[in-house]
Amino acid sequence: MPTRRRALLVILLLALLGLASLVVALAAGSLPVAPAELAAALLGAAEGTAANVVRELRLPRALAAFACGGLLALAGALMQVLLRNPLADPYVLGISGGASVGALAAMLFGLPLAFIHGGSFAGALAATLLVFGLARGDGSWTQTRLLLTGVIVAAGSGAAVALILSVAPEKELRGMLFWLMGDLAHAGSPWPALAMLALGILATLPFARDLNLLTRSDLAARSLGVPVLRLRGGVYLLASLATAVAVTTTGSVGFVGLVVPHLVRLAIGNDQRVLLPAAALAGGALLTLADTLARTVAAPQQLPVGVLTALIGVPVFLFLLTRSPKTA
Amino acid sequence: MNTLLSVRELDVNIGTVRVAAGLGFELAAGERLAILGRNGTGKTTLLATLAGLREAEAGTVSLCGESYATLGPRRAALLRGLLPQGQIDAFQATVLETALIGRHPHLGRWAWEGRDDERIAREALAAVDLAGLGSREVHTLSGGERQRLAIAALLAQQPKLYLLDEPLAHLDLNHQIAVLDLLSRRAREDGVGIVMVLHDINLALRFADRALLLFGEGRTLEGPIDRVIGADSLARLYGHPLRALEDGARRYYIPQ
Repeated sequence: MPTRRRALLVILLLALLGLASLVVALAAGSLPVAPAELAAALLGAAEGTAANVVRELRLPRALAAFACGGLLALAGALMQVLLRNPLADPYVLGISGGASVGALAAMLFGLPLAFIHGGSFAGALAATLLVFGLARGDGSWTQTRLLLTGVIVAAGSGAAVALILSVAPEKELRGMLFWLMGDLAHAGSPWPALAMLALGILATLPFARDLNLLTRSDLAARSLGVPVLRLRGGVYLLASLATAVAVTTTGSVGFVGLVVPHLVRLAIGNDQRVLLPAAALAGGALLTLADTLARTVAAPQQLPVGVLTALIGVPVFLFLLTRSPKTA
Repeated sequence: MNTLLSVRELDVNIGTVRVAAGLGFELAAGERLAILGRNGTGKTTLLATLAGLREAEAGTVSLCGESYATLGPRRAALLRGLLPQGQIDAFQATVLETALIGRHPHLGRWAWEGRDDERIAREALAAVDLAGLGSREVHTLSGGERQRLAIAALLAQQPKLYLLDEPLAHLDLNHQIAVLDLLSRRAREDGVGIVMVLHDINLALRFADRALLLFGEGRTLEGPIDRVIGADSLARLYGHPLRALEDGARRYYIPQ
């Protein structure tokens, strides 16, 4: 049980890590920028190519990466509580499947970027509402039913994605593959994602202790005064919205939402009051660093960031799984 | 004496199965009620109804003179605690963290568990013979230890009315007696009310003042335990003949 002081310390440390990751993302690249130049560029004092690259290209991209990493980690932690399953991730209920269908359909018809973002968001919301409606059914939605419905909707979306890929013209395929693996090159404005991240953290913190009880049995939680049904509905909608915004901005980046909550849980325990903000900060830092790697490691070639997070995520996750067999 | 739990004209159904029809009884502070019945007669459902966590088909349940609707979940949680059957621990947690769960209704939205809460939780752990295990991970405990931990969380909640679903599950003999002794002491000294689902008739006779028998199909019998329990009513209750053995002032029932 972390005390409040220790919790604040952990969050402060992770906030510094997040800040450091942003600085690295702004400085690194095919045009390295020195710290002094960086500060000048950010304060708006400097002119020239370096300042423009930092302000116009790297800053929006780094902020988008940070916000989306945070959103995915937050949504993953919430889904794990909601489904009472440590192996859940933000995509387990078919949200990324729905978003993929929407985004790829827009690409298939050669629509501009705004439509790809719109299609992705609409697809994510459609999948969310579909799963919510179907799983609720008789009103007593259980975790198993929710999970099964989500998995089926995800499978259906997978088939639709395969269909679009198979009929898509050659020149669109590369963009589609990058989108499916997660890519920040076309992230657009970072502000919707940053706003959603702030909203997500502010909305969950007051209920974090209630969420701790949600990981136990429903009856025990309700007998302690937790409005379980309303809380689960709220968590579901918030996690879905967070995932939808993240997927719309970056495509389906994998493993951040699964691995980051686990890493944080191993370090500081499962108290949601610390876990949720800590996971958001750690997820943001991880995706920012991964994206920096993705655009520098094979420059001028850019790699899809989802590939890097998966390459980092898979071995870390397998290691965790063998270390703590009981959580499986 | 002040009435903790008052049940009037209560109808409880599970689907088409009737658990209780027109059930009425009162439980005063310091009284211990044992609920007995065969598997599947709805003891757990009835307990959830008494806890205000499940709507009854008809009738009223009031806790300290108020209905659950007027109490609201938070105030209800300060007055009555429930020990559900079976525990879920999908995530790791320490023993102390788990006992501290009982403090939830006592804490404000932004409050963290303080020294007093920790002291109460540690005392609760000591009361169920888990002192010194506070930093152990729950999943390393045995089934009986987990059951005692759940009871400790209930003690830390400090309710006036304890509703316990098979509190003796997984417990060895000495801990069965210890837990029943502990609950009886709370009833005697602090005036809490105890409602517990039990399967051991002889322990019920020794540690309960009243009994509620669920015969199935809505038929119930409630009253002072010596009057309600007899070889005939038990044979009807369990569908198996029982024999009474006398030992001084005590009477024991064994299956034939």
